[in-house]
Amino acid sequence: MIAIAGLFGALLSFVLFAWLIRDLVRLGLPHLSWDFLSGEVTDAGRSGGIAPILVSTLGILACCLGLAIPLGVGCAIWLSEFTRRSGTAARIITGGVDLLASVPSIVFGLFGMVCFSQTLGLGFSILSGGLTLACMILPLLVRTTLTALESLPSDLRPAAAGLGLSKTTTTARLLLPAALPGIVIGITLGIGRALSETAALLFTSGYSTRMPGSLSDSGRALSVHIYDLALNVANGGAMASSSALVLLALILVVNSAAVALSEHWLRRRASAP
Amino acid sequence: MASSRNTSLSRSVDRVTGGVLGLLALVSGGMVLLILWHLFAGAWPAIEAGRLGAFFTDAKWQPGSQRDPQFGIVTMLAGSALVTLLAVVLALPVGLASAIFHRFYAPPLLERWNRRIMELLIGVPSVVFGFWGLMVVVPAILRIAPGTPGQSLLAGGIVLALMILPLIALTSQAALQAVPSFLLQAAAGLGLGRARTILSIALPAARGGITTGVFLGLARALGETMAVVLVCGNIPQIPDSLFDPIRPITSTIALEMGYATASHKALLFCAGLVLMLCTALLVGWISFRKNTADSAIGGA
Repeated sequence: MIAIAGLFGALLSFVLFAWLIRDLVRLGLPHLSWDFLSGEVTDAGRSGGIAPILVSTLGILACCLGLAIPLGVGCAIWLSEFTRRSGTAARIITGGVDLLASVPSIVFGLFGMVCFSQTLGLGFSILSGGLTLACMILPLLVRTTLTALESLPSDLRPAAAGLGLSKTTTTARLLLPAALPGIVIGITLGIGRALSETAALLFTSGYSTRMPGSLSDSGRALSVHIYDLALNVANGGAMASSSALVLLALILVVNSAAVALSEHWLRRRASAP
Repeated sequence: MASSRNTSLSRSVDRVTGGVLGLLALVSGGMVLLILWHLFAGAWPAIEAGRLGAFFTDAKWQPGSQRDPQFGIVTMLAGSALVTLLAVVLALPVGLASAIFHRFYAPPLLERWNRRIMELLIGVPSVVFGFWGLMVVVPAILRIAPGTPGQSLLAGGIVLALMILPLIALTSQAALQAVPSFLLQAAAGLGLGRARTILSIALPAARGGITTGVFLGLARALGETMAVVLVCGNIPQIPDSLFDPIRPITSTIALEMGYATASHKALLFCAGLVLMLCTALLVGWISFRKNTADSAIGGA
């Protein structure tokens, strides 16, 4: 009885997702071509391609990582190597980062609009959007880096201290290279998260479909493009489907890379003497 | 002599490194305060004008109306709550059943592949779910219930349920896997069948972990914008049936922030504050429960 219910649940969830993927492929594949990937957006997105959108998306991603990696990795190194984990300061900061992880993405959008677009005067730009996303993926980077540093063999640190190495040298030359695989996986997951985000970008990076000339230009991310075509453009469904398929493919590649990396890393550690 | 100079040099290098990293940590940990501060600053005109009362007492949401402006958030709170609950009600049985199957019945290879696929599905962008809902789920509802708008509470619930299904399935499966094997062996030793063991031993023992998964799902669904804005119909009202359109808080912010001015804009920031408070409470409760559970184990 319970076996049948379980099998039914497993089959249902599998079938539902197979249905989802099949629909997206069926709707999106007909328009997918090299011209679509390399063309300008014309007629509000009903025709043409998505080249400027892809460039904007990459720009937003670059700004996002440029802020999030130093902040997140730096925060995690400090928590793990330069302070007591059970101390008050460390606990407050960990709590703050955990709370940050619970903030809904639309709230990040509101924050980014006021803080980056208005207060800092960056306007609706690729830079504003990227910085907003950086705040959003920050908790993910802190957590994964922290886990990577904490799972290093515990005798590394006293051994380095015994050799008279400073903490700075130990961290830069010994701990960070050893923890690099974990950090790279965290960054990969962060890229996936940033690529799939829409709500935080609506009021920060803007809607412009022109090819961006610099990071201070407005630029539309791929996810925002799908949203706009589906909601605001009559007969935009076909192009939205193709864009959704491209986004889905990008995300699957990025997240599969994270999974493959972590399995490769686990296997290597398991086989190490 | 040289060595002591070296030591003092490396100490001061360490102090600088620690200071810089500490600053980065401070910014990271303080980011949530910065967000709260900016939300408050945005919401302040409405709070100052004493609009916060009308926020919870006005029946309707028509902030742009010249003749009869009303600022009631209640219909949207109800919309958010209903669509979130519906999503969990739909996703929990399927996710839990799938977790039980893969933990107790499926061969290991199938279990591993299922987990891998679920992990990938967690990453599917919400806007893709919403788009699929608009193209497939809404027309399907129109076929089942002709005469309704199609974009409805039900459509939102289904799309959100699908979105949180992998999360609930994975956390439930992890919770079931964490049940100590001696419990299961003892049950087998007492001659209990597999079904009885699952129902009476494994599920109660995994209850905490499963609840955590449900709350994570609730928080994710409550904060979700893109999946609901495309399929819910976006009419701020208390629905009479599953087929009525609704409008969650997140959708309101996404739809109106683009053109809102002055007091209307401040009210949208208030709505953002309310939303942030709700998800923070949900997630805070999870970590509070986890901490008390940990200390209970530690004390035993």
